[in-house]
Amino acid sequence: MKKFFNLFYIFFKIGLFTFGGGYAMIAQIKEIIVEKKKWITEEELLEIITIAESTPGPIAINMATYIGYKREKILGSIAATLGVILPSFIIIFFISLFIEQFMSLKVVKYAFIGINVGVCFLILKTAINMLKNIEKKLLPILIFSLVLSLLILFEILSIKFSSIFFILFGGIIGIIYYSITQKEVNN
Amino acid sequence: MIYLKLFYEFFLIGLFTFGGGYAMIPLIKETVVNNGWLTLDEFYSFIGICESTPGPIAVNMATYIGSTQGGILGSISATLGVVLPSFIIILLIAICLKRFTKNKHFKHFIKGVKPVIVSLILFAGITLLIKCIGIDIDAFDVNINYISIVILVIITVLYFVLLKVFKKKLSSIQIILISGVLGIILSYILE
Repeated sequence: MKKFFNLFYIFFKIGLFTFGGGYAMIAQIKEIIVEKKKWITEEELLEIITIAESTPGPIAINMATYIGYKREKILGSIAATLGVILPSFIIIFFISLFIEQFMSLKVVKYAFIGINVGVCFLILKTAINMLKNIEKKLLPILIFSLVLSLLILFEILSIKFSSIFFILFGGIIGIIYYSITQKEVNN
Repeated sequence: MIYLKLFYEFFLIGLFTFGGGYAMIPLIKETVVNNGWLTLDEFYSFIGICESTPGPIAVNMATYIGSTQGGILGSISATLGVVLPSFIIILLIAICLKRFTKNKHFKHFIKGVKPVIVSLILFAGITLLIKCIGIDIDAFDVNINYISIVILVIITVLYFVLLKVFKKKLSSIQIILISGVLGIILSYILE
């Protein structure tokens, strides 16, 4: 019981102090789990990051589940995952109870005029960074331009279209294209 | 039944968001706005709140929408929904599918998905920019918001001057804080 509580407690702390999303958490995991607790090696951490990046869901959850399982099997993964989400769950739940009164204050309204611009800056900054890192090859650029054009077209025509289809479309094109081109190389 | 609906919608978000962080914003936006749970304005304000509280955006959004739509049980259903897909997938990988992520077809799939994510995020950024400036595409209405433009210029200049000249990178929280304070000051001046 104590080991589950320990996993829960460590990940609760990580969840509580991770501002700025998954990548900020990697630094904390490295410090606490790799260097201090020595639960996993640095190589294993790199492997987990690769897995977390190529599987759906928030990186924080992926890492907690994986490390929890490595330590104490399924119960360990449940303890670690609960630990990592509980802090934000509690904080956001309380915010949701008071948000209406909070948002109706004039000073808060004014602050959010600015904050929305800040969010816009952050999203554009992320997008431009990702765009710079896109592989400069035919297929990635073609998929990128095609999806972006379709998104703009659908917006202008007010057509609702789930981005899940775009994600599946990109993935399937990827499988078809790379299988064909790699076969040619093999021949 | 609202609990099932919340669970289902956030399960889809958890299942189809690759990349984490801002990569999740387009799909969350779609779900939350199309279901009428938040207006676009409220959605982006809440992203601002997420940036200033710990935890992944997807989990924060699930807890918040769940709570406003179905109280404590709603927030538990939505949060479980968003967490469960990655929990199950990672567990399977840890137990028996360790080689799965090295699978050729899986790698190709991810290679094809990456550019889609970039266009989705860029598109989300552009639509938010147009909105902040004060252009309403749906209503063909233009109502230029000078405060937003001034804040955007200040933030951009500040960010790049600090980065290039002083080698200091502003964190997301710092950017949110500075833009919030600028919003208050400029709004009171122009009131």
